[in-house]
Amino acid sequence: MSARRHRSYAAHLGHRLSGLALAVFLPLHFLALGLALEGADTFDRFLSFAELPLVKAAEWGLVVFLGLHLFFGLRLLVVEFLPWSSDADDRAGLIGWGTAGALVLGGIFLWGVI
Amino acid sequence: MSDTVQTPTAEPGGSGIKTLEVQIWRGGAEGAFETFSVPRRDNQTVLDVVTEVQRHHVPDLAYRFACRVGVCGSCAMTVNGTPRWTCRTHVGKVAGDGKLSIAPLRNLPVIRDLVTDMGEFFDKWTKAGGKFTGTRSRAEPMAEVDPTSRARRNADAGIECINCAVCYSACDVVSWDKDYLGPAALNRAWTLLNDSRHAAQNETLAAATAHGGCGSCHTQGSCMRACPVGISPTRSIAGIKRMSLLDFLGMRRS
Ligand code: SF4
Ligand code: SF4
Ligand code: FES
Repeated sequence: MSARRHRSYAAHLGHRLSGLALAVFLPLHFLALGLALEGADTFDRFLSFAELPLVKAAEWGLVVFLGLHLFFGLRLLVVEFLPWSSDADDRAGLIGWGTAGALVLGGIFLWGVI
Repeated sequence: MSDTVQTPTAEPGGSGIKTLEVQIWRGGAEGAFETFSVPRRDNQTVLDVVTEVQRHHVPDLAYRFACRVGVCGSCAMTVNGTPRWTCRTHVGKVAGDGKLSIAPLRNLPVIRDLVTDMGEFFDKWTKAGGKFTGTRSRAEPMAEVDPTSRARRNADAGIECINCAVCYSACDVVSWDKDYLGPAALNRAWTLLNDSRHAAQNETLAAATAHGGCGSCHTQGSCMRACPVGISPTRSIAGIKRMSLLDFLGMRRS
């Protein structure tokens, strides 16, 4: 339906889906960490586990989703609790900034691990 | 000068098209689209097209309208996928390619053809605490409302709603959750919460924040983009959320 074709709707989807992705992903993340850390020479095993490309890519996704969820959530708080400057101003501009912020976080993460 | 000469069909997007291909929903919820050819005319609105189809093709076509000037709120339909007032939607604006699809409003039960049952939409206004409760009789002096007060300005922003259900039809949360009161009812509640003459403030706030109330809104903002009056139910709902938080913290002004 074309009533959905606008940025705020996309942000709504982004916020909910990143939240779901985090909810599904975080337990797996901790489970994987927990398994990797079990047993002897813990730290080495952790390092070699974290070096796996798939794990790296997944961790990158986790960081970006976390950023999206954080920034889109902050926008909602701004929309719902700060005064509006006009009737049409649902701070859609913050959506672009939030997306950029999440990508920057992802970039910092990549810079740190590669 | 030659470029000031206007051809009869020089509306934006409408130039050159002589005939419209119009798909109109026929039947109830299980109906189907039927296609009609309608001549393209100057200054033609979508409602004009529907009327022409009813007069010349299918006399039993069911649709609603009254004022034809955007005042009564009865002519809303889904036009090329978007909920709109058909009386104030020029064909040239929505059918640049000469194609129109006209369906009943979404999120409301279809009675027949383009007519929906708006009962639940209006019931939800009452459910949201939308009934005005005055305290003065006509023998008493009129209540004074300061037009510059913040509350009056808040109420002003939402007060021109004509109950057309365009926003209700644009909102996905309404489709997902049948208990959701929807943007128009909550906007109505917000105008009352800013009306110093309304005596049942706590009741309206309780109704508008109960299950299906403001907490169900996901701030998608489709309603505020669809409203033909330019009302922002999203803003009104945000106002109720803020007010209910202040109320919870014991910091509400009223
Ligand atoms: S802002 Fe709320 S009421 Fe408006 S379309 Fe979005 S979810 Fe529906
Ligand atoms: S808020 Fe706007 S779209 Fe919704 S019912 Fe009122 S006039 Fe119609
Ligand atoms: S006919 Fe009254 S609003 Fe369209």
